[in-house]
Amino acid sequence: MCVRVEQHCILDVDKKEKKVKITVDGKEIEAYEGEPILAALLASGIKVNRYTVKKHEPRGLFCGIGQCSDCSMVVDGKANVRTCITPVKEGMVIMTQDGLK
Amino acid sequence: MLERDVLVVGAGPAGLAASIEAAKAGADVLLVDLNMKPGGQLFKQIHKFFGSSAHRSGTRGFDIGKMLLDEAEKAGVEIWLQSTVIGAFPGNLIAIEKGIDGGEKEVITLKSKKVIIATGASENVVRFKGWTTPGVMGAGAAQTMINVNHVKPGNKIVMVGSGNVGLIVSYQLMQAGCDVVALIEAAPKIGGYAVHAAKIRRAGVPIYTKHTVVEAIPGEDGTVCKVVIAEVDDKFQPIPGTEKEIEADTVTIGAGLKPATDMVKLEKCRLTFNGPFGGFIPLHNDKMETSKKGVYVAGDATGVEEANTALEEGRIAGISAVESLGLIEPKEAEKMRIEIWKRLEALRMGPFGERRQIEKNNILAEYEEKVVAAVEMD
Repeated sequence: MCVRVEQHCILDVDKKEKKVKITVDGKEIEAYEGEPILAALLASGIKVNRYTVKKHEPRGLFCGIGQCSDCSMVVDGKANVRTCITPVKEGMVIMTQDGLK
Repeated sequence: MLERDVLVVGAGPAGLAASIEAAKAGADVLLVDLNMKPGGQLFKQIHKFFGSSAHRSGTRGFDIGKMLLDEAEKAGVEIWLQSTVIGAFPGNLIAIEKGIDGGEKEVITLKSKKVIIATGASENVVRFKGWTTPGVMGAGAAQTMINVNHVKPGNKIVMVGSGNVGLIVSYQLMQAGCDVVALIEAAPKIGGYAVHAAKIRRAGVPIYTKHTVVEAIPGEDGTVCKVVIAEVDDKFQPIPGTEKEIEADTVTIGAGLKPATDMVKLEKCRLTFNGPFGGFIPLHNDKMETSKKGVYVAGDATGVEEANTALEEGRIAGISAVESLGLIEPKEAEKMRIEIWKRLEALRMGPFGERRQIEKNNILAEYEEKVVAAVEMD
């Protein structure tokens, strides 16, 4: 399932950035360097970013601009990384955040 | 200790315009923003703006963003991205956290003679069963995904809210290749401009007025797979027996915005509640100065409006800040402000604008009554 916008009547949606690989929960996916991690995950159909601490409920994209923290994940071993405002780098290792840790 | 003449917080239209005016007058301006790129929400606005030619009607939001960034660069505005204000202390000291999540972050203390707060607004939420399920998001969040990141948040969308945000974002989701399967509005009629509603109606989107979302039902993967809507009574309560199930993977909520006042509260500026402007807002005068001397506000943080009003208010704040630094003659500053207030009045006309003009006048009057009078009593 590809959910990137591939054609647009107003925007130039051709990606000029370098294609890189990142790992999400042990699985390798394609991403573009510099795009928000969250965008790369959505493009691969990944919509759950974390589970809440007390009730273990799934959370995903909600505000998209760094305000709500619902898309926080573990990135390169560091928890609570807001993936909507953190850019992709080649070889990043990302994990679904389960509880605050 | 790092020192600047003017610190501007928020690099949207208000903050950029404020920075440009202040830098053009010769001030050392530092503009900070928590995002990866400057421009605020301008770069997700791919539609042409309304209004007069003085306000660049017919120009798309992202082109206005590019123009402002160009101007800011030429004026010599220093911009720090991925930077968040986390404290304000006596003696004009501001603590700024710089760096990305997961990376090295440093906290820098800045002494700034003047502060301009242009922190914008955040989206309102509608609560229903399952509203925290992945797939339920702000309409603005969906707009950011398609127009800035060029990624679809989902394929089958239920839009909640028929204000201009709900209508415009519905259309833009379709432009990005999403299927908008329903537009839900609790009120008996559409809230936004008829011209926007007509566009999405022509595209075949079913519009349900007097309806609300009752539940977002998750599938096996924990994300939205069905949405239940129902008719509402005169008190906006769902009428039992009118439920309808819609297959959808995304619910986008366009239920208005509220001013982002965290920084205003850090500075202990006096607030007032104003419903039409979206909630609590800082009192300010016609120089956009708050109850705290040397702290100015502009844009949606002073009441939710639109990009053009934000830009003009930003200009006033920038001009007033450098006037108080002695970089512009008071006479000259006053002349500039009068011109800008005239343009703002032109923007606050018509069926949607008139109310905002009345409320803005109320805010200015309340400032005189509560802030100025209090100072005189001292």
